[in-house]
Amino acid sequence: MATRHSRSAARLMMAPAVILLMGWMLVPLTMTLYFSFKRYLPMRGDSLERGLDWVGFENYVRFITSSSFWPSVQATLLIVGGVLVITVILGVLLAILLDQPFWGQGVVRILVIAPFFVMPTVSALVWKNMMMDPVNGMFAHLWRFFGTQPVSWMSDASVQSIILIVSWQWLPFATLILLTAIQSLDSEQLEAAEMDGAPVLARFWFIVLPHLGRAITIVILIQTIFLLSIFAEIFVTTGGSFGTRTLTYLIFQRVVDSQNIGLGSAGGVYAIILANIIALFLMRIVGKNLDR
Amino acid sequence: MGRITLDKVAKSFGEVEVIPPLDLTIEDGEFVVFVGPSGCGKSTLLRLIAGLEDVSAGEIRIDGKDATAVPPAKRGLAMVFQSYALYPHMSVRKNIAFPLRMAGLDAAEQERRVRAAADVLNLTDYLDRRPGQLSGGQRQRVAIGRAIVREPSAFLFDEPLSNLDAALRVGMRLEISELHNRLKTTMIYVTHDQVEAMTMADKIVVLRAGNIEQVGSPLELYRAPRNLFVAGFIGSPKMNLIGGDIAARHHATTIGIRPEHISVSPEAGEWHGTVGVSEHLGSDTFFHVACEGIPEPVTVRVGGEVSLHHGDAIWLTPDPDHLHRFDKDGLRVA
Ligand SMILES: Nc1ncnc2c1ncn2[C@@H]1O[C@H](COP(=O)(O)OP(=O)(O)OP(=O)(O)O)[C@@H](O)[C@H]1O
Ligand SMILES: [Mg+2]
Repeated sequence: MATRHSRSAARLMMAPAVILLMGWMLVPLTMTLYFSFKRYLPMRGDSLERGLDWVGFENYVRFITSSSFWPSVQATLLIVGGVLVITVILGVLLAILLDQPFWGQGVVRILVIAPFFVMPTVSALVWKNMMMDPVNGMFAHLWRFFGTQPVSWMSDASVQSIILIVSWQWLPFATLILLTAIQSLDSEQLEAAEMDGAPVLARFWFIVLPHLGRAITIVILIQTIFLLSIFAEIFVTTGGSFGTRTLTYLIFQRVVDSQNIGLGSAGGVYAIILANIIALFLMRIVGKNLDR
Repeated sequence: MGRITLDKVAKSFGEVEVIPPLDLTIEDGEFVVFVGPSGCGKSTLLRLIAGLEDVSAGEIRIDGKDATAVPPAKRGLAMVFQSYALYPHMSVRKNIAFPLRMAGLDAAEQERRVRAAADVLNLTDYLDRRPGQLSGGQRQRVAIGRAIVREPSAFLFDEPLSNLDAALRVGMRLEISELHNRLKTTMIYVTHDQVEAMTMADKIVVLRAGNIEQVGSPLELYRAPRNLFVAGFIGSPKMNLIGGDIAARHHATTIGIRPEHISVSPEAGEWHGTVGVSEHLGSDTFFHVACEGIPEPVTVRVGGEVSLHHGDAIWLTPDPDHLHRFDKDGLRVA
């Protein structure tokens, strides 16, 4: 057979895509690395044409010793963790609910996915102005209806607000994946457990949840990747104040607000390292769950 | 104890009546087989007894107590599913121990009972494996193990062997019969395979479209099928059913004669015909003979090897003692 031949032909044909993707990844990565070792302040007259000064690890040291660094890592982890917990728990419950037969199932399922199609900027603005506004927001009206003082969400409960908004956006994704997983559960297993004397909660705990284990890991993995880089939601709501300055947002501020590209790049490299630590950590857990 | 009584039990799914009102008594310790063609309601009936479906009407009594509204777990019955329904993420040990764990037994007692069940079912070496790492027969045994540890008052089997290959099926059939002889617990067994029914049952219940066609021991059904349906369903190969003039000569609308109750002669007999396809099984040979005046080929069993060939002319004579006669409603005439 021509396996050897066809294999090299296949390689040749895949090459353009692979090279393109590699370039896509490698060029920005090398540029980031390059800038992170340079002094690059465009406002002070630094530019690529005139050549940049090599500063060694100065940018790295400055970024990490800045008083905003650790709080930003904390904020990142808090927001990512919070959203994961909320989306997974509510996702499982919603998936179970949507799996029950009821009238209008098709429409409800589409409605549940809807938030996923709303652009982050738009949804964050809607939440901020329509729901969470301390004077005219829906929540404010609700709070007043019950005779309590409306919460000024963006300043007093800023992190919670961001978590709420982002969770709202990602809940459909989690629900969808978990719903397909739940639908693949063999109903005879549940019946067997019922005959074995397992009440509803035990059936959920011992049969449904383990069955969902793999889907939950996938949800956590994919969401973490995207949640580490949320930006628009913070930009249009708190603008990074009140403890919502994540690592991504800090880098943005360093590059755009302070016009310090070298410092921002060093922050970018830290972000890559943080992402990889988390990825490694997750892969350990996930790996155990996936190869079954 | 495991005496199960169905009193006018009926089941409808929406408009469709799957089981019309039906009475049945299953004695303690009996091995009862529900048999019938696909879609006749065997599984539904079993699930009604298990409590996995609610009856539309009627009453189910277990050991004399009304169990119609009792949830499945409280009926004291154990079920073995066609798909085995093992819990894929638990080891064999945990699978078998699951009902005990749900019943709140302590760990030592669980382990003791799991060991005992594993001993009986030759599963001791596999206790730490996952179901995915077992063969079909082993999975089947785990499913049975999970049922026996509960010490139920009756076992319910829904086509437990249909996913196994022929050789394994024969083996497991014997194991289940052996288990029944040892435990002496009531067993209800659903199958559409009449050989399984004949070999395992104390009592066979033949179902058609949710109706009970006949209840009796395997030999009763074989010797005296109550109607044409049972006559055609029980026995392998099928009974020859002949209508028309030939039946009229025996004062019946239809007569039935089993392949093993026909004698063959080259010179003389009642029906004249030519040999068609023959099936050699070694111990027996089955001939399909095209007879004059009979539209369907008649199947004949002859012991051992016989030198008859395609196209040979022969005479067939039915054994009058084993001739079954049916009237125009398909019911047996004594
Ligand atoms: N949940 C249900 N809703 C509607 N109809 C059903 C349902 N379950 C079973 N039926 C119908 O009831 C009839 C009997 O089904 P059942 O599963 O009991 O057949 P069976 O005798 O077990 O057949 P098989 O040998 O193929 O397993 C079938 O016609 C089936 O379509
Ligand atoms: Mg069935």
